Amino acid sequence: MRRRWSLAALLAALLALPAAAQPVLNVYNWADYIDPAVIQRFQRQTGIKVRYDVYDSLETLEGKLSAGRSGYDVIVPTSEPTFARLVRAGALRPLDKDKLPNLRNLDPGLMQRVATVDPGNRYGAIYLWGTVGLGIRLDKVRAIWPEAPLDGLDLLLKPENAARLATCGLAVMDSATDVLPSVLAWLGKDPNTSDPAELKAAEQALLAVRPQLRAIPGSGALLDMLATGEVCVALTYSGDVIQAAARAREGAKGVELGYVAPKTGVHLWFDLLAIPADAPDPEAAQAFIDFVLQPEMMAAITSQVRYPNAVPASRPLVAPAVRDDPSVYPPEAALARAFVPATPNQAGERARTRLWSRFRAGR
Amino acid sequence: MRRFLVLLPPFAWLLALVAAPVAILAGIALSQGAPGVPPFLPPVSLAAGWQGTLENILTLVQDGYYAGSFLRSLVVAGVSAALCLGLAYPVALGIAAAREGWRVPLLAMVLLPFWTGFLPRLGAWIGLLRDGGWVNGVLTGLGVTAGPLPLLYSDAAMYLGMVHAYLPFAVLPLTATLLRRDLAVEEAAADLGASPWVVFRTVTLPLSLPGAAAAFLLVFIPAAGEFVIPELLGPPEALLVGRVLWAEFFQNRDWPLAAALAVALLVLLIAPIRLFQRLDEGGSRRGASPPSRVGGTAADGRRPGVLR
Repeated sequence: MRRRWSLAALLAALLALPAAAQPVLNVYNWADYIDPAVIQRFQRQTGIKVRYDVYDSLETLEGKLSAGRSGYDVIVPTSEPTFARLVRAGALRPLDKDKLPNLRNLDPGLMQRVATVDPGNRYGAIYLWGTVGLGIRLDKVRAIWPEAPLDGLDLLLKPENAARLATCGLAVMDSATDVLPSVLAWLGKDPNTSDPAELKAAEQALLAVRPQLRAIPGSGALLDMLATGEVCVALTYSGDVIQAAARAREGAKGVELGYVAPKTGVHLWFDLLAIPADAPDPEAAQAFIDFVLQPEMMAAITSQVRYPNAVPASRPLVAPAVRDDPSVYPPEAALARAFVPATPNQAGERARTRLWSRFRAGR
Repeated sequence: MRRFLVLLPPFAWLLALVAAPVAILAGIALSQGAPGVPPFLPPVSLAAGWQGTLENILTLVQDGYYAGSFLRSLVVAGVSAALCLGLAYPVALGIAAAREGWRVPLLAMVLLPFWTGFLPRLGAWIGLLRDGGWVNGVLTGLGVTAGPLPLLYSDAAMYLGMVHAYLPFAVLPLTATLLRRDLAVEEAAADLGASPWVVFRTVTLPLSLPGAAAAFLLVFIPAAGEFVIPELLGPPEALLVGRVLWAEFFQNRDWPLAAALAVALLVLLIAPIRLFQRLDEGGSRRGASPPSRVGGTAADGRRPGVLR
């Protein structure tokens, strides 16, 4: 549904008559992934009008960019696989570091983690990052099973546990890219494997709990389902769970929603600010990226969307409830166990997609 | 020359909006995937000459995965079309039988939901069917069920959405056909002693067959490629061709294979369209000649429409 909305927004953007004098910046970002006040301040300060459009899956973003002339000036792809592939396909424009003084604000350690796919960090600056793990409706799970093991993927992936919790709703987000690495790590295998036997093991593990899954929705839809209580255990992005928790609290129904990063190995990902090679207004794009990378702006964004950023100077400015939440900024110990999955080759990708559709189909 | 001028606009239209896109699609289906923007090599280039491949089409034929999804799509489309037809027939019969002043308001009632947005209607079904939704709320509130029933993300929910979305496509051609039929034929059958049921079975139903075929196909064809309804309301295992095509295009970024799938779906759907044309020709012949004959014998002053 969100996909359709963003399509409608794009259409509206195309139909809107371009204002003759005012420069326009087209930003394409994940849904629910910015503090709207930051956009307003950018518009006021620079006089550049921002047209903001959203997606809720990397597939949508990559599909549009692959067609060429997407019309976007700033995009926010995830480091692996989309950003890596866009770099390789020559679809991105190198950042002009002289015009981006605030690049210096970024944590060199985190930027180093991205340099594996973008040597010298030529094409991207970290916007936000996060992990993949379980969103758990603690209130509902406890009602069914008070002593349920709430510390890792065993809760969802062990068939006997899944069977016990099936009545309150289990779900896995619909993304082979962002689910398989965690499942492989849970099995004690290499998350980047292309070995058919190891992929088969992951498929069997997923199929074993498949009958208990209520849905396999897109991440955006899954956020809503967690917030409304449609599901009680879901494998999805960290910040989505924390956003869902905040939304559910607004609804005020005694909802208790927690996030758990798997102890068997945490899938770590980075979303990068980048400029498409054919961006209509790269100057405005640079101005936007530099503006966003100010500590004050990043703090506002993290406070709003509950994903950590990579600007250490923003940390003291983040709302305390978000800053001190260990599910937002994972503790050092968890980061030490974290891995950034690599991008599979075309054959490996197809094997994984095929595996995923068999899992979706339940056969 | 005049004839040429008259035919030019429709031919230009067909060329620009049907033939050209299909040709482009077929071209992509014959090309090789490669990283880049767009992610394939054109099948023919000035520098390299022919660099296309039949591999994508072969993959479709050899890999049972695709045949399976086609089959499931055709089954879902067939069931949806049959359900629509079954529901639309009595509605169309009723509208055709209504007094003239009533027909337009009745048709408007069929069409009215169709004029609201497609997605809000699906969203409404989600709101009705989900665990905390209205239907489950009423059922548990009345004590009929202990907990919420898993109504959403099921085959039933998917068919409900399909029928709701496509029902007007079935009602309209059926109503048109039933309105056009010659009532004198039915009257003659009744005069000759046929019961209303026999009249319906032996006269009305055969006369309405072309309309029924049109209704079935108008639902079947879009339903076969439907992507949104199974995705939003159906179970995750509803792996229809629309979904498979989406996965090839977006997840594997294999535009050539996705294009090959689209062309295959098009070719598959041409068969029922041809069948419909044959039925229509046969039907209009059947529909046209007997009434003129019967009309001649019945023209002895009796008023038609005694059945009503």
